[in-house]
Amino acid sequence: MSATTERHVGQPLRRKEDPRLITGKARYIDDIALPGTLWAAFVRSPEAHARIVSIDAGAARARPGVHAVYTGADMADIGGPLPLAWAPPGVQVNNPPHWPLARASVKHVGDPVAVVIGDDRYAVVDAAEDVVVEYDPLPVVTDPEQALAGAPFVHPELGTNQVHQWTLAGGELEAGFAEAEVTIERRVVNHRIAGAPIEPRGVLADYRAGTITLYSSTQVPHFVRLFVALLLGTSEEKVRVIAPEVGGGFGSKLQIYGEEIVACWASRRLGRPVKWVETRSENMAVTHQGRDQIATVRMGARRDGKITAYHVQIVADLGAYNMLLTPLIPSLGAFVMGGCYRIPAVRTDITGVFTNKCPTDAIRGAGRPEATHMIEVMMDQMARELGIDRLELRRRNFIPKEDFPAAVATGVVYDSGDYHASLDKLLEHVDLDAFRQEQARLREQGVHRGIGFSTYTEICGLAPSRITGPAGVGVGAGLWESALVRVHNTGAVTVYTGTSPHGQGLETAFAQIVADRLGVDPSVVEVIHGDTGTGPEGRGTYGSRSLANGGEAIVKATDKVVAKAAKIVAAELEAAPEDIVVRDGKFSVKGSPDKGMTLAEIAGVAYIGAVPEGMEPGLEETTFNDPENFVFPFGAHACIVDVDVATGKVDVVRYVAVDDCGNPVNPLLIAGQIHGGIAYGIGQALYEHVVYDDDGQLVTGSFVNYALPTAAELPSFELDHTVTPSPVNALGVKGVGEAGTIAATPAVTNAVVDALEPLGVHYINMPLTPMRVWRAIEEAQAR
Amino acid sequence: MITAEFEYERPGSVAEAVGALAAADGDAKLLAGGHSLIPLMKLRLAAPGRLIDISRVPGLSAIERDGERWRIGALCTHTQLSRAGVGLLSEVAATIADPQVRNRGTIGGSLAHGDPASDLPAALLALEGSIVAQGPGGERTIPAADFFSDYLETALGPAEMIREVLVPAADGYGFGYQKFNRRAEDWALVAVAAAIRVQDGTCADVRIALTNMGPTPLRAGAAEAALRGAPASAEAIRAAAGQAAEGTDPPADLDADAAYKRHLAAVLCERALRAAAGIA
Repeated sequence: MSATTERHVGQPLRRKEDPRLITGKARYIDDIALPGTLWAAFVRSPEAHARIVSIDAGAARARPGVHAVYTGADMADIGGPLPLAWAPPGVQVNNPPHWPLARASVKHVGDPVAVVIGDDRYAVVDAAEDVVVEYDPLPVVTDPEQALAGAPFVHPELGTNQVHQWTLAGGELEAGFAEAEVTIERRVVNHRIAGAPIEPRGVLADYRAGTITLYSSTQVPHFVRLFVALLLGTSEEKVRVIAPEVGGGFGSKLQIYGEEIVACWASRRLGRPVKWVETRSENMAVTHQGRDQIATVRMGARRDGKITAYHVQIVADLGAYNMLLTPLIPSLGAFVMGGCYRIPAVRTDITGVFTNKCPTDAIRGAGRPEATHMIEVMMDQMARELGIDRLELRRRNFIPKEDFPAAVATGVVYDSGDYHASLDKLLEHVDLDAFRQEQARLREQGVHRGIGFSTYTEICGLAPSRITGPAGVGVGAGLWESALVRVHNTGAVTVYTGTSPHGQGLETAFAQIVADRLGVDPSVVEVIHGDTGTGPEGRGTYGSRSLANGGEAIVKATDKVVAKAAKIVAAELEAAPEDIVVRDGKFSVKGSPDKGMTLAEIAGVAYIGAVPEGMEPGLEETTFNDPENFVFPFGAHACIVDVDVATGKVDVVRYVAVDDCGNPVNPLLIAGQIHGGIAYGIGQALYEHVVYDDDGQLVTGSFVNYALPTAAELPSFELDHTVTPSPVNALGVKGVGEAGTIAATPAVTNAVVDALEPLGVHYINMPLTPMRVWRAIEEAQAR
Repeated sequence: MITAEFEYERPGSVAEAVGALAAADGDAKLLAGGHSLIPLMKLRLAAPGRLIDISRVPGLSAIERDGERWRIGALCTHTQLSRAGVGLLSEVAATIADPQVRNRGTIGGSLAHGDPASDLPAALLALEGSIVAQGPGGERTIPAADFFSDYLETALGPAEMIREVLVPAADGYGFGYQKFNRRAEDWALVAVAAAIRVQDGTCADVRIALTNMGPTPLRAGAAEAALRGAPASAEAIRAAAGQAAEGTDPPADLDADAAYKRHLAAVLCERALRAAAGIA
């Protein structure tokens, strides 16, 4: 077989998903109705920390339409607490039990203490208000640094609030700082944010005849199946998990949630389907959150701009419990802590801390946005300290393109990159000299305009097993990806992927890849995902992994199909298999384009069984793809802001992004991913902040005060790209789902500082809300 | 996000609605656009036993000029008002929340809710408009200055409903509304409504009202007094605006503490006054 002619890959095909979505035909959890379904409502703690003295469910049970009220004590038969799937070699991780329904005590507002099951949603929500829980309030700690200092303890039996300490170091740090002529230190805060998907979570559990079918709004149906089986004391073949249409996850649905376990358990106990759909209020309070890191960051450099050492000490507020990957998340940033720079010594020390707040876990980039924010803010700070232009400082430290694949001090190998090229491309769009003139002119008119940059790389395509797995980073699962490609009798194709897309448009991208290789139209390639009852075992969608790993698995499975098809064609047309090419919708003989067979004709032969001697009938193949490395997308972003210095309000007036995610499969999908990512990055920098008061009460419990930006707050983004293929996969692709959100926060922050330099504001931490910016200006002016 | 149980009825006239209110003995809420009430009910912060849906009561949606004043029906939506050319009120209505809210929300509902962070109350207060309320014993006209009594409380009796709103046409006045919020759709952290009548280069009359600077909308009396009779100049405006927050004790919230709100009031007041005086 020789190379195929690409016709669809690289094209901006409209999304196959969209017709059902925009006509309201998509089926989300809340749209699924099973006969006899009961509803669940959870009774949740209003206290941030308390001992449960008593639970009186008598009045609730007596209400019409109520079938049962269960507490943690009723669920004593489950196989264990909710899982933490990270066991780093040689690191002690304090991991007190986290039960689906609280036992004895509650640790954060929203912790579930009971579940009410009844005929409909109204009945159970009303009844939940009638469950009387007596709490004995305990001391609360919400500040992670205070929590590290000592009592009160979130889990008193531990005698500490420290979860773990983890270090990743490479190079000679002390020597690096000794060589440095300038060392700066900043306290960098990456504040707590929410995933905030448009569709909150939801579950529908249906136990019948020994088998559980769980519909769940999840990014990881296979992981959910495994843990449902383990916690319910059954086995995986008796559990089927279906992620139907999922309305966004942003990491918040990469989790094993108590509600999933409770619904399955209650359905088995009651013999009826049990459904629960999260409210927005619940989503804000109990769906895991992200970031919440305070870092002490030191950077050393020579006067000529060469950065010699970089040391990041992170206090990570992990909330009240470890969830699936909670303490691992800050570590994901550690691998790219040095960004796109050649820094000889880089060290990251992470201390995880319990507080009486919702647990944190993977959210929107998970660890990498924090790392990128730190290095890119520090580059600007160092440039100012050295008196070197901040882009020049970056250029002097970029890993040059001839160094790739590039081993960096943190121990990983960046697959490919050309950082100068992306910055050059960015500056084709942003005329810096003209900007500086305009900036000066506007300042005379009282308008404070600033420009900020972020040149980033990140680590994604989460796999390979040898690095991520138990012997490596310590995730209790290999991270590879599977695919099954099935050609039907008629030449139509169904692809089963172990990824679990939830808004990315992967059905379209995958169909494009398969269509080109099989010489069919993408419209006849159906992509099935999110159902453990079909297709091979999979690992789900997160960490910008689905194209690099899942897409590559599809390539490999498709290539196996093509190889088999070529043999069939070769036999039918009396040619050599290596002379068969796919062209113009046909498998034809090289040099004789009129001699060929369509995929439908080949499938006909394969299924009738008229295959060559020794060949199995049928035409489908499965692959498990475990790549050799991660992939490392990169790019250069510029943000231009106006700051109303009288009020402190920041307005993003222009945002230009040059990203490199390797070979583009579908530019339209890439643009969509980057747009959303930038919006979320600007959201974190300027608007979004999960706030708890000192009593552990959630202040930002709704979208009224958890300020997600809307279209009205955002400019029209300007995108461009460079293409540096990844050598890690045949497609040459890198992930792009998180790039925007990883790159954006420092670009915004650096722009605000650039705008405010004349007023004496040289450094500021997010979130850059009007009051905080105004106060920074006031304080600088007072100095 | 499930409301508590409630009864629902849909009267066909103002008289029926008032009768229904009286019969409910305080355990009822009028439903018009529903954009304040329904979220509160879904969060179970409000749980009225009965909703009286007046959204289809005829005769409450007109906006008409009546001599020196405007008469605005209680069911006029913000969108309708924003397009009706009613001076300051139209300018203010166009800033409320988002298009969906403006298409459903009504002037009567907004005023009756009495939220000091919403936009129309301060504008009505600045213009010295009034509210015509219908109760079991007949109708009465309540000046805006007497209408807003406390946080989410008004002078409306338990069986009274707003029938219409009367606003002086204020011909000869210039207007300005400066609203400060984080996102376009948010409630104001602080807003300032201003109206100035300039005569021979002098501020013959000055009206300033503040949004979200206290439990009710407030007049900025000190700033008004400072500018009244002063030249309509940038300097005089700046000096007067500096007194915008005088006498206020704004509550702190997540995005703005009291000191910041007072600062914002002065900044916004200056901008609103400049707009009203036509100073770029």
